[in-house]
Amino acid sequence: MDRPFGLLAELTYGCPLHCSYCSNPLDLAAYRDELTTSEWRRVLSEARDLGVLQLHLSGGEPLLRRDLAEIVHSAGELGLYTNLITSALGLTARRAEQLRAAGLDHVQISVQADEPILSDRLAGTPSFQHKVTAARLVKELGWPLTLNVVLHRHNIDRVDRVLDLAEELGADRIELANTQYYGWALRNRDGLLPSRAQLERAEVVVRAARERMRGRMEVIYVLPDYYSRYPKPCMGGWGRRQLTVVPDGGVLPCPTAHTLPLPRASVREHSLAWIWERSELFQRFRGTNWMPGPCRTCDRRDVDFGGCRCQAFQLTGDAARTDPVCHLSPDHGIVAQAVQAANEGPWPRDTVMTPRLRRAARRSR
Amino acid sequence: MPSPGPTQMTDGALRPRLAPHVRLTFDPARAQHVLLTPEAVTVLNSTGAAILGLCDGERTVTEIVAELRARYDRVENDEVQLFLDRLAARRYVVVRHG
Repeated sequence: MDRPFGLLAELTYGCPLHCSYCSNPLDLAAYRDELTTSEWRRVLSEARDLGVLQLHLSGGEPLLRRDLAEIVHSAGELGLYTNLITSALGLTARRAEQLRAAGLDHVQISVQADEPILSDRLAGTPSFQHKVTAARLVKELGWPLTLNVVLHRHNIDRVDRVLDLAEELGADRIELANTQYYGWALRNRDGLLPSRAQLERAEVVVRAARERMRGRMEVIYVLPDYYSRYPKPCMGGWGRRQLTVVPDGGVLPCPTAHTLPLPRASVREHSLAWIWERSELFQRFRGTNWMPGPCRTCDRRDVDFGGCRCQAFQLTGDAARTDPVCHLSPDHGIVAQAVQAANEGPWPRDTVMTPRLRRAARRSR
Repeated sequence: MPSPGPTQMTDGALRPRLAPHVRLTFDPARAQHVLLTPEAVTVLNSTGAAILGLCDGERTVTEIVAELRARYDRVENDEVQLFLDRLAARRYVVVRHG
């Protein structure tokens, strides 16, 4: 059996931002009973024994956890490479220095756009200026900096200016990732999915930037899978390279797998090794034996692993079907229809989008 | 404005070292050396690990090849350079000139 390389630790679903494309669960309040510091320590130690080498600290906003530096320190002692994925809200100079001292390896800051008005509108809260200040602080403290930008219809035309901002901030990497349609983003899909023309323009800009910044800044561009011929190899295969632990100790093969009608697994009930190796949840879609046609006989079954189980379930009601994004899927019409709607003008100029909710206060610990 | 591309290691006088955010470590779970970087884990074979273990910013590429030759039967100059070029292109390895 493969050993996992990465653990995504979603420390809390509390977040000061209200992005309409948030991938967190819709029922945020169900996750209030968060793991304690010592429970996280145990999880990290078990993860290391299982083969995990990278720890991605995310949420929600991981800085809302006051014990973040302690968690980072424990991870460092275990030899894990630590990566903070943050909105930067709460990343004060003092906090940053604490994390630096604790041994944090890498910081990823999200920005919603290249300028304050749009960025703050998309984030649902004034935040842009602070993000810029925090990004500078990250560089001053000597960390490698990645900027994360989720792209959609409302900001993709500004991708050139977003790249300029990244360059000005001295980012080492920028991830320009088109929205993936889960959770809040699926609910808001009609207001977010860009047109083909927008994507084509963005691609030209990205290609030129890659050339221009070669050797200085790595430019990662993730296409929206709705426009791809084949599905994405979600998580590099089910229960194969990555696992996610959510705030209340639930363990998932991918961060959105809580949407699937599968038995739960929790570090409060089992060891991480048992969950990875033995739980029904992790075995259900591992490998290729579970696959229906057309995946079963497809040459790409070990390349994209049938695509995303969550997307299959959300769009067809059956998690074991081929990802409808694939042009060979019998359900591809569902995706084709959404793409068609995004390309037929005029756009509903003021599509009402549902911002993700502010979650009720965390249970005090 | 022209920008410098990734460094080529064909100049044997270059002194490569791991970039500050990159970590070379031994993974007991897999019994292999690995290179840890912001978004990727690269599992190394024993030759790759040996090359990177010598990239300390002091030794030149020529010196690294010489040391490897003392340890292994066959070490191709080109292969070491190619390996380091690939890692330099991803900015896992940086060089000091002179």
